[in-house]
Amino acid sequence: MSATLEVRNLRTHFHTRAGVVKAVDDVSFSVDAGQVLGLVGESGSGKSVTGFSIIGLIDPPGRLAGGSIFYRGQDLAKISEREMRSLRGNRIAMIFQDPMMTLNPVLRIDTQMIETVQAHVNVSKAEARARARDALGMVGIPSPEERLNAYPHQFSGGMRQRVAIAIALLHNPDLLIADEPTTALDMTIQAQILAEVQKLTAEHGTALIWITHDLSVIAGLADRIAVMYAGRVVETGEAADVLDHPVHPYTHGLIGSVPSRNHRGERLRQIPGMTPSLLSLAPGCAFRSRCAHATDACAQEPPVTETSPGHTARCFHPVSS
Amino acid sequence: MFTWLLRRLFQACFVVLAMTVIVFVGVHVIGNPVDILISPEADQAERARVIAAFGLDQPLWKQYALFLNGLLHGDLGRSFVFNEPALRLIGGRMPATLELAVTAVLMSVGFGVPLGLYAGLKPNGFIGRSIMAGSILGFSLPTFWVGLMLIMVFAVTLGWLPSTGRGETGELFGLRWSFLTWDGLRHMAMPALNLSLYNISLVLRLTRAGVRETLLMDYIKFARAKGLSPARVIFVHVLKNIMIPITTVVGLELGSTIAFAVVTESVFAWPGMGKLIIDSINVLDRPVIVAYLMMIVVIFITINLVVDILYTVLDPRVRLETKA
Ligand SMILES: Nc1ncnc2c1ncn2[C@@H]1O[C@H](COP(=O)(O)OP(=O)(O)OP(=O)(O)O)[C@@H](O)[C@H]1O
Ligand code: SF4
Ligand SMILES: [Mg+2]
Repeated sequence: MSATLEVRNLRTHFHTRAGVVKAVDDVSFSVDAGQVLGLVGESGSGKSVTGFSIIGLIDPPGRLAGGSIFYRGQDLAKISEREMRSLRGNRIAMIFQDPMMTLNPVLRIDTQMIETVQAHVNVSKAEARARARDALGMVGIPSPEERLNAYPHQFSGGMRQRVAIAIALLHNPDLLIADEPTTALDMTIQAQILAEVQKLTAEHGTALIWITHDLSVIAGLADRIAVMYAGRVVETGEAADVLDHPVHPYTHGLIGSVPSRNHRGERLRQIPGMTPSLLSLAPGCAFRSRCAHATDACAQEPPVTETSPGHTARCFHPVSS
Repeated sequence: MFTWLLRRLFQACFVVLAMTVIVFVGVHVIGNPVDILISPEADQAERARVIAAFGLDQPLWKQYALFLNGLLHGDLGRSFVFNEPALRLIGGRMPATLELAVTAVLMSVGFGVPLGLYAGLKPNGFIGRSIMAGSILGFSLPTFWVGLMLIMVFAVTLGWLPSTGRGETGELFGLRWSFLTWDGLRHMAMPALNLSLYNISLVLRLTRAGVRETLLMDYIKFARAKGLSPARVIFVHVLKNIMIPITTVVGLELGSTIAFAVVTESVFAWPGMGKLIIDSINVLDRPVIVAYLMMIVVIFITINLVVDILYTVLDPRVRLETKA
């Protein structure tokens, strides 16, 4: 069976006045139906741009500069905007980081939900509203019928994110891209929402890409993990492999040296140094300036090597642990 | 909501009262109408008679008291020149100014919003840039000069539109309006355009800025991520948001448009309040000046109130707070 989504050598570049920003530079990964992929990386590593590339929402000066995005075998990089729009919000949905900003402040919740239903299926307004109400109930919003008439500002942050999730799941998508949807919320609500999204996507066999800068968030959730650094995937593998036996020095730094089966709740360790500017990226390994294992060889482009079956790293000197 | 309205009305009354003092004193500082009203040949007895007839022999505070008393009875004095109640005089001219100003403001929305929307969506294109360049002209060219140019081109050279007066009028609510007849509309076209030029530029720039800002918002990206059509995103999600500042500004501009119609009315000999006030200032017809200024104050206050109410209707966030 082919993967729900397979991203191959994706490149997304922004042509700014200061130069070309290679926000996503040769990224590959895949997600199967019902699977969860954790996409991890520091701020600015290109996680959101990867997500927006998949859903076709890269605006100028950005553009896809290469690679393929196979959704059920169909290359999204090649289809028309019209075809893409029929998938967007329907088969492929996305939720964003800041729940305070994702809902339009001057439109009622029902308006924002009904339009989503009617954008993809030809149903009456009453039918669309009924579906919207059911979706709200499904994500745990009390008295959904009344809440439909409310405006976004009448909800708390956590509730707003639930509304956004309800909207994203209206059409039971095949793929949901969750771009740090819980980062702005407090811990308990974060955990609740995480569990709920996982349950809902698992029920419908939805492939889930969970973007986060915090490994501990997805430690207990992800089937596979892809670690991004400076626009590249530096390590991928089964979640347990990556968490317990990280091979890339960057991943090592993220996790810390203490191996532990249960990484949930573990604090992130700071890696010394700064994320390099994507504008003036020297050839070779982008992590070089911060890497304790760096050698002269690292001034060259590191190859992607498979350290164990299904576990790859982009490094000259993979760490064994 | 009700207490809020009551408080606003109370504030409004206070503003009107304060304005009466300012206006009354101000008008007395400008000059003495006696010098203009009475012919130099008139003898002493005649002079005294006229002065007494207009109540100008009374001390200022007494004149003010009399004026306030009249105000309470809806009487703002009689015009020295026309010997008619000042209020009726102004009221007779008001429809002409009102329809001109309202048409101008509607035109500013009708032209400004689509142009601004286009310029906001395509800020780097040739047309988008041209629109912005044009709006600078709209801001900076003097109204009277544009008015004269319009007359030159459309009335003198092309002969398409009449250049003076209101043309034929129709009756509605017992008042005469130009917009009810084709001839009246033809007469109104140029003055209204002239008057709206500044507002078109204003609305256009406001719309463009609003569109540019709104397009960057997460909720627009989310709307697109839902698979909505570009038309739905622009005309519902973007436009609904920018209508809030636009309505506010346009509403408030209506007041100044009425007040600044003076220039346009003079250029196009449009028989509105502005024309009347210029004539009245020339002959220091105090009651008319005072009545006009009071009228403008009331119009401003009313518009402000309406805009505030509209604002709460348009913006759900404000609505909740006023309820609470
Ligand atoms: N419109 C744009 N123009 C220029 N550069 C951009 C633009 N959008 C993103 N970038 C660049 O792309 C890089 C990756 O950004 P992205 O938003 O994907 O990071 P991220 O991994 O999601 O980070 P965060 O955790 O902060 O959300 C950033 O360095 C940013 O400078
Ligand atoms: S390639 Fe070299 S610099 Fe880069 S992570 Fe590996 S060891 Fe460090
Ligand atoms: Mg991001």
